[in-house]
Parts: sequence; structure tokens; C-alpha cells
Amino acid sequence: MELICPAGTPAAFHEAVDAGADAVYCGFRDETNARNFPGLNFSREELREAIAYAKRKGTQTFVALNTFMRAGAEEIWYKGAADAVALGADALILADFGLMAHVAEKYPQQRLHVSVQASASNPDAINFLVDAFNAQRVVLPRTLTIADIARIGKNIRCEMEVFVFGGLCVMAEGRCSLSSYATGKSPNMNGVCSPASHVRYRKDGGELVSELGEFTINRFPAGEAAGYPTLCKGRFDIADSNGYAFEDPVSLDVMGELEALKAAGVKALKIEGRQRGKAYVAEVVSTMKAALNSPPDRRASLLARLRTMSEGQKTTSGAYEKRWR
Amino acid sequence: MTDMKETSLTLGPVYYLWDAEKWRDFHFRIADEAPVDRVVIGETVCSKRQHFIEPHLAEVVERLESAGKTVILSTLALVTLNRESKQIREMAEVSEHLMEANDLSALAILKDKPHTIGPLVNVYNAPTARLLASRGATRICLPPELPFSSVKEITAELPDIDFEVFAFGRMPLAISARCAHARSKGKIKDNCQFVCGEDPDGLPVRTLDRQSFLALNGVQTVSHACQSLLSELDHLVEAGVRSFRLSPQDCDMVAVAKLHREVLDGTVDADAGVAKLRQLYAAAPLANGFHHAKEGAVWVARTRSLQAAWPA
Amino acid sequence: MIPIPLIERICRLMFGRIAKAHPGLFERLDEHRQKRFAFLPTDLPLAFVVVPGRQEISVLRKPVEIEADAVTEAPLFLLLALMEGRCDADALFFSRDLSVTGDMEAMLAMRNALDASNIDLQKDLAKLAGPFAPVARRVIGEIRDRALKDQNSSAGEAAAWN
Repeated sequence: MELICPAGTPAAFHEAVDAGADAVYCGFRDETNARNFPGLNFSREELREAIAYAKRKGTQTFVALNTFMRAGAEEIWYKGAADAVALGADALILADFGLMAHVAEKYPQQRLHVSVQASASNPDAINFLVDAFNAQRVVLPRTLTIADIARIGKNIRCEMEVFVFGGLCVMAEGRCSLSSYATGKSPNMNGVCSPASHVRYRKDGGELVSELGEFTINRFPAGEAAGYPTLCKGRFDIADSNGYAFEDPVSLDVMGELEALKAAGVKALKIEGRQRGKAYVAEVVSTMKAALNSPPDRRASLLARLRTMSEGQKTTSGAYEKRWR
Repeated sequence: MTDMKETSLTLGPVYYLWDAEKWRDFHFRIADEAPVDRVVIGETVCSKRQHFIEPHLAEVVERLESAGKTVILSTLALVTLNRESKQIREMAEVSEHLMEANDLSALAILKDKPHTIGPLVNVYNAPTARLLASRGATRICLPPELPFSSVKEITAELPDIDFEVFAFGRMPLAISARCAHARSKGKIKDNCQFVCGEDPDGLPVRTLDRQSFLALNGVQTVSHACQSLLSELDHLVEAGVRSFRLSPQDCDMVAVAKLHREVLDGTVDADAGVAKLRQLYAAAPLANGFHHAKEGAVWVARTRSLQAAWPA
Repeated sequence: MIPIPLIERICRLMFGRIAKAHPGLFERLDEHRQKRFAFLPTDLPLAFVVVPGRQEISVLRKPVEIEADAVTEAPLFLLLALMEGRCDADALFFSRDLSVTGDMEAMLAMRNALDASNIDLQKDLAKLAGPFAPVARRVIGEIRDRALKDQNSSAGEAAAWN
């Protein structure tokens, strides 16, 4: 199985390639990709250099254009696709049907991958994207169990890529407006979830309070591991109790299920984290690569060290395991 | 206001799990009294709930149709199981009714058959709308988070497609494989005992500082605030939107529908309409921030130079 | 104790050198380069306030009222490691080793800009010139060595309480 690794900067890109990534995914420094964070991402020139470096090392580059085109400003996305194709991207990762149609028509030779943001969660949906846009790979939503994935694999006409490590969306990806409800900025439209511009941390007594827009998202007592100020991992009051209504601050780790994923027909394993530092990328990619090359009984001890890198310093196998639901 | 007569109202599917008789009687009353042109029915949020309304489906369809309403059958918003796909496929094969797509699988199955697009499908721009129309979509309800600037662009680009906007109701913000509603009551999804039925208008989620924020509806998360575009109807009509969706809440939806009809007809002005709506649905503050490209939770008062205010 | 003006002088030298070697830093900071960033080492009685766009650094002795757009607090060795991109800021935030307040967008831009810049203090500062250069190199070298030692012992602790 291929290992698909994140890069938010050229420095992280180099780390990922050097650590043994089979492919690195990245995006332009604008609203066309779903990690549109300040100071992150690639200029055209940086992408050109990154792709050249990757090619020398036999690594593929996937370019994510995985937000939904703003009405009237479609040219920004079309230009992004044109440039990524011209720069030699091995695949474009897309979520918007309009953009998929455009790419399929204009660049029929270009490999098209369906972003997790497209929310293609079943064989009918995936085959629709294969038939309509000649999609060659689908990144599956993090809402499926491994049994679901195996069943889907038998019934679709393209490759499957699944997230195995890193940030975990609790909600069906690409179908969540929680962020824009509180901040006016959404993953689909702006490429940001719970954007930094609306995040405030303040100390209240011994507690660290995180706020998003006008809403309190969490209070962490001193010494308790913290998480991102994303809505779906906040602590809330429901009826008479309070706690994590949707999910704890945890991140995903299904490396323990590699054999099951392989048996399910998964072609590529994806690591989340374009917003993370290059140290994270280097550490996670090299560890995962080593795990992939080790016998199953050796993997757990290799992977244990990654937990300290995780949100809330905890991991979960998420929806891949049915009990999570 | 010109051309207001051409405008129409769509009653969206009931997203919540209502007692089966309540669901039936609600639609009977809509059939008899509400000035809506079309009614979307059927379970949209959770396939486990489907059997509740099935015994009453036929009589509700019949009552609505005899009242002259167009009936549209809803489909599931998140399809992951085999039986869920199968159910949509079978419905498409046997049903004579128009169906509404709420996820990609329905789009695949309904290709080349006239159908409508619900607000849970990501239509953010004209090329996407054009593509869906070329595959048989006859009416597209745009996503609630879409700002007016985008609505205008899309309708201007595609004047021949019927566009609808989400004009009333708590906003469907997210859907998950996990059931937060069951979890909050100490249950798991596979043995949920349908505890979501205890909250016919959603289970309130407050922040740790006791701010009203969201509501749980099974695997769906909706906003605490209720979207209302009553004050924006004139602009929307001017932009070419002809259809307005009212999403059922646990309140007098007949009165809500009448009020929207009156504002569209110009017999009640928008400000008076808003004041009345606040009485009709007092459970939640009104919000229209998405329309104004602001936070979805805020209310933008049009009369006073577009000032945004957070709900108290 | 090293006098503040000398520390300030050394910091300016360092900063000038880094700015020259890594112009991409400013491009990534973009609109945030005129903001005031405060760095508070939790294990030193000092505060550093930087305005990148003006290549301005002031060093203050704690306790002091800091006027800044964004404030980062962490042990010195972690602040230096972050500057060189040797550790991941999110992970340090999750473990509560690092705390941030103020303008998070500016903070994030700074963190990403630093991470992208491949700063290597030893290499970058080897080229320092001028009368203060030898002192600066020695002081920074010592801090860095101590920092690396601290980091190793701290990593051991982190693993233990997980």
C-alpha cells in the first residue's frame, strides 16, 4: 500500500519525500484548498521546485484543489488546476463537481482523485464520479467501518485511499457548516475549519478557555492535554451533564488495522496534517514507513511513540471500528 | 414587488423523529390548510427511523395530492449501508413521484430522471448546478450556508433552472456516522432505542458558559438559531429565486407558511412578518447571517444599515 | 547576569542574520509582519518582543506588562526548537508545554513562516560578523546546547506519563 503524506510548506515536503513517502499532497496558498491557513502552502514557484525534487526521488505529488468554487470566481480554481497540470502534478484532488467536470473535459489525461470533501461514501456515489469524471481514486470519508470499505472495494471501479493517521473529522467531511455557523468561514467555502482569526485563548483562574467567535468551545483544567478549538471536539452542556458531545480531542490511528485494510482492497494510506510542522511530518512519515515494512506484531511498539504528537495526546480508530458510532 | 405571484413554497422533510401519528396529522393539516405548493416527505436523517412513518406514508401522500400539493420523496442524507443504497434504488424504480437527492448516491441513481436537489448537496456555483441540471435536476435547493452574493451569481448564470433557498428552520449544519444524540443519553447507535424521539425539536447543546448553540437530532446537528429569510425575500425574488423552503420545526407550520405567503404577496410587510414569526416560533432566535456572508448564528437587521447582532 | 542592552544587541544581530538568510519568512508572514509578537521563556526572567516587519526586537526584564498582538510562552529550549522547526508546535500545545494568547492568525502565520524557513541557528550564526559576534556565538551556542539537553530529558518524561 502507498503512503500518502501531507506537506504544508516546501520544508515539510522535503521531509516527507526524504522520510519515504510514496506521494506527497499539498496545495496552493489561497482559498482553493482545504488548509487555507495563514503562512501555509505553496506558491507556483515553490510547487515547481517541490515537484522537481519529488520526481528526482521517485515520489509522486498530488495537488489538492478541494474547496468548493466560489460562484463567480471559478477562474481561481480553473487557474489552479491549469497550473497544477502544467507543473506536472501526478494527481489533482478535487471535491467540487463543477471543477471535476472542468478538469475531466480540459485535461482528460490528468489523474483525478476524489477528495474526502466530496463525501463519496458508497459504491453508487463513487461509481457516479468514475463514470461522470473518470475519477481514478477516491479518498473515503472517515465515516466508514473497515467492513464498509471492503464491501465498497468490491463494487467500485477505482482505487481507494483511506485516512489512517492524524486529525479526525467527526462529521461527514465536506458536509459540515458548524464552523461557518460560528465564524462565517467554512471548510467548503474558505478552506478553513474553526479559523485562527476567530480563535481566542484566555486564562480563567487555572483553566485554559478556548473560544471560537462568540462561543466557548472548551475549558481545560491545568495539566490536562488540550486539542484544537474545533467545534466538534468541544465540551458542551447537554441536558444536565457536560462533556464532549461529539468527540474528545483525539486523533485518528488505524495503523493497527493495516492487514484488514489491505484485505479490504485499500490502495493507499493517507496521513492527515498539512497544518502540522515539518518535525511532525518527518517523525510520522518515517515511523509509519517503518511500521509498513515491519511484521504486524512489531508495529504497535513502533507506533506508540506517535501518540505524543496527537491531539489531546490520545488516538482513536474512529468510525473504522463500528463501536465508535 | 413584481412577479410575486409566481413564487412558490416548499415544505421540507421533517428532519426530526416525530411520533408517527403526530407526523401524519401534521401533514394532514398541511394538506388542508397550508399555502405550500410542494411537500417533501420521507426520512432524511437516519435510516433506522424509516419504519415509523411507513404505515402512514400512503395516506399522507394521498391527502397532500388531493389538496393539490406536489409530493416529493426525500432520500437519506448520508448513505453508507447496502440496504440504504438499495432502498433508494428501489424507490427510484417503482415510484411515480419526484424524488429529492440528498447525497451523491441518489444523484447517481436518479440520472436522466427528473428529480430535485435538496439543501444537503453541495451546490456552491453555476457549473455544478449546470451539471446537475444536465443530469435531470429540475429544482435545486441551495445549501443554507450559501451567501446571497453566490445565490445571485448562480441564478443569473442559469435563469432556466428553478432555484430554491432554505428560508425557514433550524439550519442542518452537519451529519455524522456517530450518533451524538444517543451518546448523550448513554446509548450507542446500534442500540439507541430511538431516544431522539424524545426531542421533537432537537436536544439543545449549550456551551460551558451556558450559551445556546446547537441542537442534536440523531446523527444530524442543527443550529440553535432558526434561519429566517423573511426580510430578504424581496431581494431573492429580484435575483430570480422563485421557490422558498420551510423546514418543519415543532411549531405551527401552517401559520409559518401563511406568513411567508403573505410577505411574498406583499399583504404583510417584512418587518411585521419577522415580528410575527418570532411569536410563532419562540423556541429559538432568528438568524440570517449566512445570507449576508456572516456567521450563520447572527441576525442582520436590514432596516438599520445591516447591523449584525448576536442572539441574546 | 548578562546586561539587557547586551542581550538586545545579540538578539538584533541574530535577527538581522536570520532575516537576511531567510527572506521567505517575511513573505509568509504577509500582512502579519507589522504585528508585535512576544515570546516569553518560562524559565528565564526575560521577555522578547519582536516586530518582524521593522526588524525590531526589544528585550524586557520580567515581570513586565507586555504590549503585544500575540504572546507565546514556553521553556526557552522549546522556543528555540520551534524557531528551527525541530518540533511541532501543535503537539507542544496539546501537551500544554506551550501556551498562546492573542491574535491566533498572526501566531499561526509566524509558526508556519518559521517552520518553512529551515532556520539553523548554528549555521546561520556562524556567519555573524562584527565586534559582538564572538560573544553572541558563544552565548547562543551555550543556550542551544543546554536546550537540547533539556529537550532530551523532557521527552523522556513525556513518554513516562503517557
